[in-house]
Amino acid sequence: MRAYTPKDDVQKKSYYTDRFWVAPQVPKYDVSQDAVFAADLEAIKAKFDVLDAYIQVNQMVVVIHANDNYAVLELLKNEREYPQLSEMSAIDWLASEGKFEIFYQMLSMAKRKRLRIKCKIDEKEAIQSVEKLFRSADWSEREMYDMFGVVVNNHPFMKRILMPEDWEGFPLRKTYPLQGDEFAAWYEVDRIFGKEAREIIGPENRDPARVDRYDTQRFSRLGHEVPFGTDISQGEPDTPLVYQEQKGVFMIEKFDAEKSVVISDRHR
Amino acid sequence: MAQHQVNYLKDGGLPVALTTIDKVVNWGRSNSIWALTYGLACCGIEMMASGASRYDFDRFGTIFRASPRQAELMVVAGTLTKKHAEFIRRLYDQMTEPKWVISMGSCANTGGMFNTYSTVQGVDRVIPVDLYLPGCAPRPETLQYAVMMLQQKIRKEPASRAQKPKRLM
Ligand code: SF4
Repeated sequence: MRAYTPKDDVQKKSYYTDRFWVAPQVPKYDVSQDAVFAADLEAIKAKFDVLDAYIQVNQMVVVIHANDNYAVLELLKNEREYPQLSEMSAIDWLASEGKFEIFYQMLSMAKRKRLRIKCKIDEKEAIQSVEKLFRSADWSEREMYDMFGVVVNNHPFMKRILMPEDWEGFPLRKTYPLQGDEFAAWYEVDRIFGKEAREIIGPENRDPARVDRYDTQRFSRLGHEVPFGTDISQGEPDTPLVYQEQKGVFMIEKFDAEKSVVISDRHR
Repeated sequence: MAQHQVNYLKDGGLPVALTTIDKVVNWGRSNSIWALTYGLACCGIEMMASGASRYDFDRFGTIFRASPRQAELMVVAGTLTKKHAEFIRRLYDQMTEPKWVISMGSCANTGGMFNTYSTVQGVDRVIPVDLYLPGCAPRPETLQYAVMMLQQKIRKEPASRAQKPKRLM
């Protein structure tokens, strides 16, 4: 069995080691610059707490409290002409803030505007489903649960959508290793053959580029084929490509490169 | 009355062919490899192209079947996810002996570029494979070559059912 290494600090590891590198920031503008957005923001502010609001890449971003999410989206849908929820999901900020950020991307075809509602929840906190407002939230919320483990209250069918139902761990969390944890590494073996088979089948080869030039059990060089398991460390014979073994098929002559003729005169 | 006498033994006109059971059976098997349609990802497109008119697998007697019970070759064409691994094993078990597997493309061979948590790192972790076909995606000619190599392999095997079923475990 593969030795277990703790994977909790994956996010702490720095992938980029240039100490002068600064992450590029998209500039933020004040909402008052855009009359349509300003009116929308006023309508939200009239009823709910707004923690932050700005315009970024021509889209308004409004940060609200997580327990207002259903009411705010309802207001936007029914009164502010944002009838589409084009996308929603979560972002993992657990390492820096201990929170998930949930975002709802809204689209108004009538106003030709896109607007994003954001809120933050704690790791163990649940969020209210907006599936009653937008059918598109149904699968998005299931995916959010599947990938981040954010539980959604009042969802009609809160189950994993992409990963198998008996999967352990939430793959899009930053703490989840890209190549999978212990459970993921043995998933198919455990599921099909049972845990006993781990020893027989062995660990995964995570280096697909690894080719052992002299391994004739798993590799064979085209044009240099030798019987299974032959030792070729001293070199191997050339095997011309054959399409018919033995004497070939009745009436069909074996192709022989030696006897072939190249026709130079096309109109022969 | 004219007498027509044909000396069959002399003129090579004997309407009888002598061979061995092994050869006859293997001739039949190798020239009627019915493959299970098993396109899992982009390689599946190349597999379909091999079956279609331009490359025309029917010439080799390879006809794609949509049921594992009618198939003896499984061309695993594409990325096998861990979620799906269980089903590939089930379909493989449903195929009748004798059966062969071609692992088509890097993904099926080793997991390929999907060096991630959700991809099986080589279909040979789940089912026994006879032929690995490199490429991403292998062209239809490559698949044809693979089928021809498989035919050669079949012809080399003894036809008797004394051969024991292949098992990964
Ligand atoms: S080997 Fe390449 S072409 Fe084939 S399934 Fe994988 S990614 Fe697609």
